[in-house]
Amino acid sequence: MEKVLVANRGEIALRVVRVCNELDVRSVAVYSSADEDALHVEEAGESICIGPPRALDSYLNIDAIVQAALHSGADAVHPGYGFLAESAAFAHACREAGLTFVGPSADAIDAMGNKAAARQLAERADVPTIPGSDGVTSVAAAIELADRIGYPVLVKAAAGGGGRGIRSARDADELRAVFEQAAREAGAAFGDDSLYVEKLLDHARHVEVQVLGDSRGNIIHLFERECSLQRRRQKLIEESPSPALDAETRAAMAAAAARLARAVGYESAGTVEFLLDGSGAFYFIEMNTRIQVEHPVTEMVTGVDLIKEQLRIADGRTLSLRQDDVVVRGAAIEVRVNAEDPAQGFMPSPGEITAFVPPQGPGVRVDTAAYAGYRVPPYYDSLIAKLIVWAETRTEAVERIEGALAAFDVEGIATTIPFSLELLADDAVRAGTYDVAFVERRLAESGRIRI
Amino acid sequence: MSSVIKTPLPGTFYRRSSPDAAPYVEEGDSVKTGDVVGLIEIMKTFHEIRSDADGVVARFLVDNEELVDAGQDIIALELG
Repeated sequence: MEKVLVANRGEIALRVVRVCNELDVRSVAVYSSADEDALHVEEAGESICIGPPRALDSYLNIDAIVQAALHSGADAVHPGYGFLAESAAFAHACREAGLTFVGPSADAIDAMGNKAAARQLAERADVPTIPGSDGVTSVAAAIELADRIGYPVLVKAAAGGGGRGIRSARDADELRAVFEQAAREAGAAFGDDSLYVEKLLDHARHVEVQVLGDSRGNIIHLFERECSLQRRRQKLIEESPSPALDAETRAAMAAAAARLARAVGYESAGTVEFLLDGSGAFYFIEMNTRIQVEHPVTEMVTGVDLIKEQLRIADGRTLSLRQDDVVVRGAAIEVRVNAEDPAQGFMPSPGEITAFVPPQGPGVRVDTAAYAGYRVPPYYDSLIAKLIVWAETRTEAVERIEGALAAFDVEGIATTIPFSLELLADDAVRAGTYDVAFVERRLAESGRIRI
Repeated sequence: MSSVIKTPLPGTFYRRSSPDAAPYVEEGDSVKTGDVVGLIEIMKTFHEIRSDADGVVARFLVDNEELVDAGQDIIALELG
C-alpha cells in the first residue's frame, strides 16, 4: 500500500491523513467545495475536489470518489465513519476498480447491515439477542412466551414505528390487559392488529466491544466502551472500561463479540454493540462495520492505534498483536464537542469559530479539524472536536476531563461544552451508574425537553 | 403590500416534507402566520420554516434543494 485516498472529511479524515504521514504512506484528501479550507486537505499529500457542498453530490458520490482515487493513482481507500463507510456498494465499487477498501468485505457489510440477518447470524454464533418473538398473535402465546423470557415485557405493534403502539407489562394479568388494548390501538392506528412481544430491558446500558480481524483469519477484541450517555440515540460521552461490568461479564461479552466477528469472517476494525441489563445479562443489538467516532477511548486504555491496524490489515499483514497482548490500563473518557446550542434545544450552530484553544496536559488528547478562523459549514455533522483523557483511575479521569473541558475555549459558535460539563458534574455520571435513558430523563426533569 | 419570508438558518432548502410529498405551498397559495412553507436541512437535522404573516405566496426566491444562507429571502408574500 503506497497511497491512500481518504473518503471523508473533518477530524476523522485528518486523523487518517496523519497516520498515513506517520507511516510514510502517501495520502489523498477529497473535499467538497465547502471544505476548501479544511485541515485534512491542507495536510494530505494531495487533494481533489469531488463536488459541491451537498453530501449526496460529494462525500456520498461513489463515482466521483472512485474516479478521484484512480486519477490520483491511489491504491487504497479509507472510508472513515459515516458517509460511505458502511456502504457495501462503495466497498464493492472500490474493489471492482482495483482499489483496496480499508474495511471489511462487502459481504460482511451486507450481512450486518440487515438487522434480521444479523440477529440470525448472532444466534448461530451463540451470541445472545433480545429475547422475543415476531408474529405472536394471541394473548395465550404471549403469556407463554413471557413466562419463558421473564417480565417485564414490551408489547409492540408489528406494523408500528416511531415508538407508537408500545405497551409494557410486568406480569401476566397486566399483559392480558395491555395486549387487548394494544391490539385495538394497533388496529385503529395501523390497520393491522398483530402484536409481538419483546423483553423490556429496564435500566439498560449500551456497551460495545471493539474487534479487529486480519485477512489471515485472526480475530481479537480490545474490550469494551461504555456509551450509555446519549441524547436522541447520539452518543455524547463514552468511556472505557465500563463501570457496569464485572470481570466475568466483561470476559463473556468480549468473547461473544469475537465469536460473531469470526462467524462473518470479519476483516478490519469493527464494533459489536450490546444492551446490558441490570442483572448483568447482555444482548446483541448490531455490528458497526467501520471505525467508530469513539475509537480513541479504546486506543487510550490499550495503547493500540486502531487506524494504523486498519491500514496494516488492508495491506494484507497480520495483526500487530495477539489477544494476550491486549491489556487495559487505567481509564479513558471521551466528550464529543458539537456545534449545537444546548440552551436552544440543541439547535445546530454553524459559522465562524473566532477563538479555538483546546486544552492540553498529561493524558489529554483532542481530535479535531477545527481552528480559529475556521467556518463550520452547515451541510455536515455537527461534531467539531473530541476531547479524550486518560488517567490511572476512573475518578481521576472524570476529574481530568472536567478540568480539560472547562478550559476548552471555543468562541463564535455555540457548543455542547456547557451541557457536557453539567453531565460530568452529575452524581450518576460520577458514580458511573447512568443508563441509556439518563440524559433524556435529566433534560425532561430540568424542563429542557427536546424540541 | 408585500413582505418576504426569510430562513433563520443556513442549509439546504426543501419545498416538501419528503421527496414523495406534495410541496408545502405553491405560488398563488394563501398562507397564514405559522403555516409551514419549507424545510431547512442543517447538520443532518431538519427545521421547518413558517410564514410570519398572512398573505399569498407571490414568488419563490430560491429553488428546491438550493443551498441558502442564514437570513436569506425564501418567499415573496403579497400581504392580504
